[in-house]
Amino acid sequence: MSVLVNKNSKVIIQGFTGSEGSFHATQMIEYGTNVVGGVTPGKGGSVHLREPVFNTVIEAVEDTMADTSAIFVPPAFAADAIMEAADAGIKVIVAITEGIPTADMIKVKKFLEGRDCFLIGPNCPGVISPGEAKVGIMPGFIHQKGTIGVVSRSGTLTYEAVDQLTKLGLGQSTCIGIGGDPIIGTTTKQAVELLMNDADTEGIVIIGEIGGSMESDAAQWVKENGTKPVVGFIAGKTAPKGRRMGHAGAIIGGKGDTAIEKMNIMRECGINIVDSPADIGLTMQKVLLNSI
Amino acid sequence: MNIHEYQGKELLKENGVRIQEGIIANNATEAVEAAQKLNQTTGTNWWVVKAQIHAGGRGKGGGVKLAKSIEEVKTLTEKIIGMNLITNQTGSEGKIVHKVLIAQDVYYPGNKATSEFYISILLNRTTSRNIIVYSTEGGMDIEEVADKTPQLIFKEEVDPGVGLQPFQARKIAFNLGLSGKAFSEMVSFVTALYSTYEKSDASLVEINPVLKTSDDLILAVDAKINLDDNALFRHPRYQEMRDLLEEDPAEIEASKNNLNFIKLDGNVGCMVNGAGLAMATMDIIKLSGGEPANFLDVGGGANAQTVEAGLKIILNDPNVKTILINIFGGIVRCDRVASGVVEAYKKIGEINIPIIVRLQGTNAEGGKEIIDQSGLKVFSATTLKEAADLVKKLVK
Repeated sequence: MSVLVNKNSKVIIQGFTGSEGSFHATQMIEYGTNVVGGVTPGKGGSVHLREPVFNTVIEAVEDTMADTSAIFVPPAFAADAIMEAADAGIKVIVAITEGIPTADMIKVKKFLEGRDCFLIGPNCPGVISPGEAKVGIMPGFIHQKGTIGVVSRSGTLTYEAVDQLTKLGLGQSTCIGIGGDPIIGTTTKQAVELLMNDADTEGIVIIGEIGGSMESDAAQWVKENGTKPVVGFIAGKTAPKGRRMGHAGAIIGGKGDTAIEKMNIMRECGINIVDSPADIGLTMQKVLLNSI
Repeated sequence: MNIHEYQGKELLKENGVRIQEGIIANNATEAVEAAQKLNQTTGTNWWVVKAQIHAGGRGKGGGVKLAKSIEEVKTLTEKIIGMNLITNQTGSEGKIVHKVLIAQDVYYPGNKATSEFYISILLNRTTSRNIIVYSTEGGMDIEEVADKTPQLIFKEEVDPGVGLQPFQARKIAFNLGLSGKAFSEMVSFVTALYSTYEKSDASLVEINPVLKTSDDLILAVDAKINLDDNALFRHPRYQEMRDLLEEDPAEIEASKNNLNFIKLDGNVGCMVNGAGLAMATMDIIKLSGGEPANFLDVGGGANAQTVEAGLKIILNDPNVKTILINIFGGIVRCDRVASGVVEAYKKIGEINIPIIVRLQGTNAEGGKEIIDQSGLKVFSATTLKEAADLVKKLVK
């Protein structure tokens, strides 16, 4: 099994006919994802990549029974696209877009309150359940079907971790790129919770970074509810205070959001912290062997 | 984006927040004119000369001085403009002052005592809502207040569905111990301040101190405003507020090439695709006995041009003894990146320090082959561990 996306997911692409949307939709289809159509306002009725294009998400949902959406809409319109997807009943909304204004995301979070859906991202690589579905921009070939769940705020650093796992023969159940913005939909804790409750996930990797307290919140939850080994890494031990390190959310503001403080809290909560990002895969392998 | 106090105050005033009035000056002549003008418009006979740099702690560092005569405005401005101002936020290297704000004196004597408060508005990341943080302890280092007397810090969260409500503004004014005219002044102040924060797409509005004058007016004596970079597209006018003199020249050069660069003090430069991997690479440099000289995210399209621009920026730093290029090829192919590195290397010409190129992902082997056969002083690696070991060897 897997979480969030699987071979039965019916996926639409918002921003389908744009260059980003087209490129990554093609990659997703090649990976075997069940892409059933896309949305580009004003281009409804046409056909793109052999799939139907709709003007609105609700039309797409009614016509294709889509339950998952990947959003490649430019930042100025992305918040609107997320809300449209939620309103149309999409259950898993994956927002790839980077650069959405924080004020827009405050509105989105309010809009999503009480709705039965998951928002993944924004500013994320997406979600992949290897061998089943890839909803995002990650390179498919580095993944392998298996039993390790990965939760990460980063893109290429996640690929690095996945690559290490795969090369050691440790496949993945689902890899969730939750995004690097200050406001994101699904938090580290929620993603870890999903994987902890997934029968086929045997171990979890958490990759975090400086800024906010999401990793510490997840660690507290693991301490109380964890049933599977968890390996953790926090990027940014050498990051200076007060500077935005690429990701809008990666900034050391106040107490508790430095890499060292987070790693200490996670360690206290029983998470296997790795100091070097080169050791993520090996540590998971060791921890799994010890837990048998 | 950070902006100066005088720019922040302009935004506040536009949105109806009462401020300590002031005029910006680039030199002593302009400062004297500003002082005379302020005398006419506000009646002030004393003036405050305030250094404009993107850092707090200016008063303690000697960048804010009271002038009791026009002559003093002139001499103080001459002293402050051009000075290297070192505060607890500038780091030991300090910042050169290019402009001063000539401001009215708002601590004039009157019927009542003056008092200072602290008010800031920012995002609470845990709840995804904006909060107003305020305290009776104005004019002090707020982190110290939070540490020593947390009971004197109050918070008011704003429901994004309805925005700031009047009862919340009243609660703030009451909690700050105000009554009468000062109370209603504070209610309008807080309301206008929140509206400035929302309308300008700010990520931080911090007023420290907020002053109650001796005649019960509430006004902003200082203004620290950060604007959300992601929202600048809907405020084209704000782009002009960017002050390049406040930025590191290398960082400006990098941003022209769409590179995300932050200068640090170490001896190992690095160039990476992706922000998380870039931070992790800095961490691995440290673990290998080096110190990162920079953060550099070249983004998704690592090609010959971006690699060349990035290398040039790093090579300008005389402290850099070796460079680690770490690319995880997902969509980008490693052999293309490798050719880009070789091309950039040859184009730059003389490079006297060793470069480690670690390529992993799509076509990693092809990439390594190109690097190994290039005949250049470049070390190739495929795993992160190998790259780390090379750093260890080279920084010895």
